[in-house]
Amino acid sequence: MRYIDNLNLAFNAIGAHHVRTLLILIGISIGVSSVILLTALGDSARRYVISEFAALGTNLIVILPGRSETTGGPPPLMGETPRDLTVDDAMSLLRSYNISRVAPITVGSTPVNYQGRERVVDVIGTTADMKEIRHLEMAQGDFLPRTDPREASPVCVVGEKIRKELFGPEKSLGEWLRTGNRRCRVIGIIKSTGVSIGVDLDDIVIIPVASAQILFDSPGLFRVLVEAKRSSLIGAASEDARQIIKDRHEGEDDITIITQDSIIATFDKILSTLTYGLAGIGTISLAVAGILIMNVMLVSVAQRRNEIGLLKAIGAPKHEILKLFISEALLFSVSGALLGLLLGLGATEIIKRLYPTFPVAVPAWGIIAACGIAIITGVLFGVLPAKRAAELDPILALEKH
Amino acid sequence: MILLNGISRDFLLGDTTVHALSDINLEIGQGDYLSIMGPSGSGKSTLLNIIALLDRPSKGSYLLNQKNVIGLHDEELAKIRRENIGFVFQFFHLIHRLTAAENVGIPLILSGMPPQERRERVEAVMESFGLAERTHHKPDQLSGGERQRVAICRAMIMHPTVILADEPTGNLDQVTGRQVIDLLEDLNKEGVTLIVVTHDVDIGKRARRRLRLVDGRIVEDIRN
Ligand SMILES: Nc1ncnc2c1ncn2[C@@H]1O[C@H](COP(=O)(O)OP(=O)(O)OP(=O)(O)O)[C@@H](O)[C@H]1O
Ligand SMILES: [Mg+2]
Repeated sequence: MRYIDNLNLAFNAIGAHHVRTLLILIGISIGVSSVILLTALGDSARRYVISEFAALGTNLIVILPGRSETTGGPPPLMGETPRDLTVDDAMSLLRSYNISRVAPITVGSTPVNYQGRERVVDVIGTTADMKEIRHLEMAQGDFLPRTDPREASPVCVVGEKIRKELFGPEKSLGEWLRTGNRRCRVIGIIKSTGVSIGVDLDDIVIIPVASAQILFDSPGLFRVLVEAKRSSLIGAASEDARQIIKDRHEGEDDITIITQDSIIATFDKILSTLTYGLAGIGTISLAVAGILIMNVMLVSVAQRRNEIGLLKAIGAPKHEILKLFISEALLFSVSGALLGLLLGLGATEIIKRLYPTFPVAVPAWGIIAACGIAIITGVLFGVLPAKRAAELDPILALEKH
Repeated sequence: MILLNGISRDFLLGDTTVHALSDINLEIGQGDYLSIMGPSGSGKSTLLNIIALLDRPSKGSYLLNQKNVIGLHDEELAKIRRENIGFVFQFFHLIHRLTAAENVGIPLILSGMPPQERRERVEAVMESFGLAERTHHKPDQLSGGERQRVAICRAMIMHPTVILADEPTGNLDQVTGRQVIDLLEDLNKEGVTLIVVTHDVDIGKRARRRLRLVDGRIVEDIRN
């Protein structure tokens, strides 16, 4: 039998039962579109989180005081508490050829007051390099000046939200704020970037690190942001940082180093796994659709005993009957997959329109997996009914009507 | 052409064995016209099914055109049926979804003939059977006689050497039944071997050779 004739006959058989065919197509297309939709959502969440982390900086390394790993050995004999990280520690990192920028960071919260309007805000003490490291942009004025980091100059940079709340429509640049017990002059406003992972940059006040240390009366840094010269140098830069601090801390390795790419890799892994899990859930509905195909085809084989018997009697070998019924299953699953593809892509398009900021897109592997699994389940579940048809005894099948 | 030797066919029903056919010896030549009669359950259909290669005998040998056909595989048997045997059934067995012409063309589809050639052949055959006007009708739009004529077209389309008809008039009135037999006899005159199983004595008598089965044995074999 020619392929085209095989397909024609299969098509003809399927077309004879509209309702049944429609139900199967709905079943498969729901399965396919849910796989597509779920992988689109999972994958988009993954890309969203990664882009948010990437936006934190490039080739970023974060150094925290204290060692977070538990070595499992006996507790150290000397000094349980780790040494503080100091501004001098931070600045000495610039000795490494692999490190381009360093920003020491102190944080705390304190009331901020302007002409009687007062709010408690998060204050960050840092240096000029923070702007480049975190890719900050200014709405007005300038960022912290490039001075000796030990110098506590009375200046500050504020976030957009703070500016609105304290100054409203009035001029803010050059005005004096009271932060805690110190006065500082507003020299810049940070451009709003919307919510980013970690700190809400709209809702902070940034002052020189030395000022913050005085304000919060703490010589230790909260952490140090380090930028490696190139992404290929992140490893070397981390090693350098560890060695430099170790030398300065009398040979004690008492810092924790987190690299941006390792965070991204971790999130990538977690969210990819989540996406595969979602795809798996979608696949269950495809399996259900497969069982639906099998049932419909078993009924169809039972109803078409006569036809099958006739075909066998007039000279169709078993394998032709098998092919005929598998073609029917294939037609079901291919057209269901196409329909589901349209539905899934349509639904993602709608989500895209509704939430323009969330970058939904169907990953290619999601489409391939959804359609591939639909077609494979269709054929797999079609094999049993097809076998039953092929094994039918023509004499019995032709006996009565 | 057809040579049956010591053919038996037993069916196991629970723990009793039904001897549907016992020790059948039969030689049928090319172009013969044979009728098989006998009471219900005497084994007529069983014999026809064995000749048709749809059933395998429990014992005995079967030579078709000097070729031993016992023990051939499904594929080979299907090919022999496709190319050498035409079937006419009591219940027509047309596929109701397909048009008359498509039903007639099925054996050609199975043989892998290209569509154009197929169409020409189907049209020619249907025209010669007076069905030119009915090619696009579905079976349920045809009368019983027309349906059986479509079925005969289908049986004919591959130019088989033998046509097997199991009660071809069983579902037709007398007049249409006669017409159907006339058609089959015309084919026989052109050289096709014709074997008809029937309960109708008048139809049975028309054959040049008449077999009578009782309890799975040939009890009468009359030629004229
Ligand atoms: N598949 C089967 N299983 C068991 N017994 C069978 C089977 N097919 C036929 N038989 C038995 O074999 C015997 C012959 O049956 P067969 O169908 O050949 O008779 P028949 O002469 O064609 O009868 P009828 O005139 O009623 O069609 C019967 O007793 C029948 O019950
Ligand atoms: Mg019978």
